[in-house]
Amino acid sequence: MTTPPPPIRRLELADAPPAQVVEAPVHSDSSLPAAPGGFTGARRSIGAPQFSIRRMEIDDVSVSYANRDAVKGVSLPVRQGEVLSLIGPSGCGKTTLLRSLNRLTELTSTATLTGRILLDDVDIRLIEPTLLRRRVTMVFQQPNPFPMSVFDNIAYVLREQGSRRQRKKALEPAVHSALDRAGLFEEVKDNLDHPALKLSGGQQQRLCIARALAAEPEVLLLDEPCSALDPQSTQVIEDLIVKLRDDVAVVIVTHNLQQAYRIADHVAFMYLGDLVEYNSATALFGSPREQRTQEYVSGAFG
Amino acid sequence: MESSLATPPAAPPPGGPQIPSNATKGAVEGSATWRLSDRIGLAICWALGLLFCAIAVAIAVYLFIQGIKYLKPSMLVTPAAAGFSEGETGGFSDAFVGTLIVGVMGMAIALPAGIAIAVWLVEYGRPAALARVTESTIEAIAGIPSIVLALFGTVIFSNTALAFLSRSNEGVVFGRSFFAASAMLSLVALPLIVASVREGLHSIPRHVREASYAVGKTKAATTRRILLPASRPQVATGAMLGLGRIIGDTAIIVVLLGATQNFAPVGGNFPFNYLRGAGTTLTNFVYEASPTGNLNQPQKAYAAAFVLLLMVLALNGAVDIIHRRARKVGTWSS
Repeated sequence: MTTPPPPIRRLELADAPPAQVVEAPVHSDSSLPAAPGGFTGARRSIGAPQFSIRRMEIDDVSVSYANRDAVKGVSLPVRQGEVLSLIGPSGCGKTTLLRSLNRLTELTSTATLTGRILLDDVDIRLIEPTLLRRRVTMVFQQPNPFPMSVFDNIAYVLREQGSRRQRKKALEPAVHSALDRAGLFEEVKDNLDHPALKLSGGQQQRLCIARALAAEPEVLLLDEPCSALDPQSTQVIEDLIVKLRDDVAVVIVTHNLQQAYRIADHVAFMYLGDLVEYNSATALFGSPREQRTQEYVSGAFG
Repeated sequence: MESSLATPPAAPPPGGPQIPSNATKGAVEGSATWRLSDRIGLAICWALGLLFCAIAVAIAVYLFIQGIKYLKPSMLVTPAAAGFSEGETGGFSDAFVGTLIVGVMGMAIALPAGIAIAVWLVEYGRPAALARVTESTIEAIAGIPSIVLALFGTVIFSNTALAFLSRSNEGVVFGRSFFAASAMLSLVALPLIVASVREGLHSIPRHVREASYAVGKTKAATTRRILLPASRPQVATGAMLGLGRIIGDTAIIVVLLGATQNFAPVGGNFPFNYLRGAGTTLTNFVYEASPTGNLNQPQKAYAAAFVLLLMVLALNGAVDIIHRRARKVGTWSS
């Protein structure tokens, strides 16, 4: 990859004064080294993982749509106790890989998957999809609460398929705890009967996280959960994701390199369907082994 | 030609036809710089819009005036009768009740069927060839004039196998009844319901369905608890439009319900003796009471038409309320 960056990034105004360079503030409290290689992300504020348990194993997985290969032979571990971030330019297959972890790719009739994905040492193809998707839940790019009350959004997950049998009272503790784990309970506890779609974007997204947590999953998949949100809501959700990593294995797809640097323990960089590099966040951003990774994290393309 | 809709406040139009509008200051874009043909087009749109508003208002106002003048509440509870003067011929209670019956019975068939077809087309739609055929069939039904449906209905319901749905005499099946008329009328409403529900389902982003699947819900549970509730306004719109078409249809009533102005119950237990018999509706009554019909009592025709208009306006109002309520629940940003 020796292609020069696209010209738009080098646009210089003839009469413009030279850009003022402001030194980034130095955090003296962080023990982590500053990222070289032109990467200027905010410093990581999270500590090292306390433990890590392997929950999922992606083993030589390839996914193709009709005649286009989206993911080519990727192998990755997914561990509880850490946040795994998938990064890469648009169309690199990171979302497809994420969706194959709970067999959502099967909803696309043209998609075919080869290789194995194991959840606690069981091939996910042997697990009934509805059961698998309760163990591996997902949060999407656009906040998408269901058009019902805040309470019912969570209760929907807890109830048996389409049934309404369980009464409100019986579900209350579970609903409250899910909202609490998503850090939303304090904000909505007086308005549990309000329509969920009237919450703010950040609250909606946390409700979606609460919904995903209500199923008591082992793995939580997040597909660019902050890309539709403002910086403040983003920060709240990032803090939440880091907090969740001890309870569930977290896999997050993100376009935002700074975000990956801030919250991920391990980062997988994908490019054109290939897994280019998998490493700890500090190593991948600090001293990438591959040249493509180096170019991507320094902003040369993508 | 200037339309004041889009005139910037700084440059008032120098003459030209002034079309009154509720233009606010700082309108989006002036038409002064448009090509002449575009400005003429805009003016034609305006003129046509106003023309149709005027026509609708004229009909409503005229019917209101006539209706209030001629409608007596007693007409709604007095059946039509034979007689030589307006005072002796009674009202149109049978027609009024008949309209309610075909409305309820037609919708009882068309609404569940329409929702089911729309859900199948949007959420399943496999095999694709069958879905395409279904789609064009529904469109074809929408295009068939109701008088043709009515004739087809006589063929079906005169069948001896369906004799239990209407009056029969010495093995000859009459084929005219509320059952027959409602069944064919449901076909008139069906395409509208299917189209509206499909539109509602299509407007739900894909990721909302996936969010439901992603917490382990089946397609059936998702459809029942998320998709259909989310498209409730469109279901209601389709139902109201369909109901409007049913109570407004005349051809099927004349052919399949009978040219009588009263209920003509047949033997059997209570509701079925009426439903198996011939009858009438408000549209049929208006047709017969108009100067071209057999009754020739235009005043009562106006009164009945006024009742019909009120029913349709009530349906429109109901749709409006449902949509306003849906807006309170909110929707997804796309």
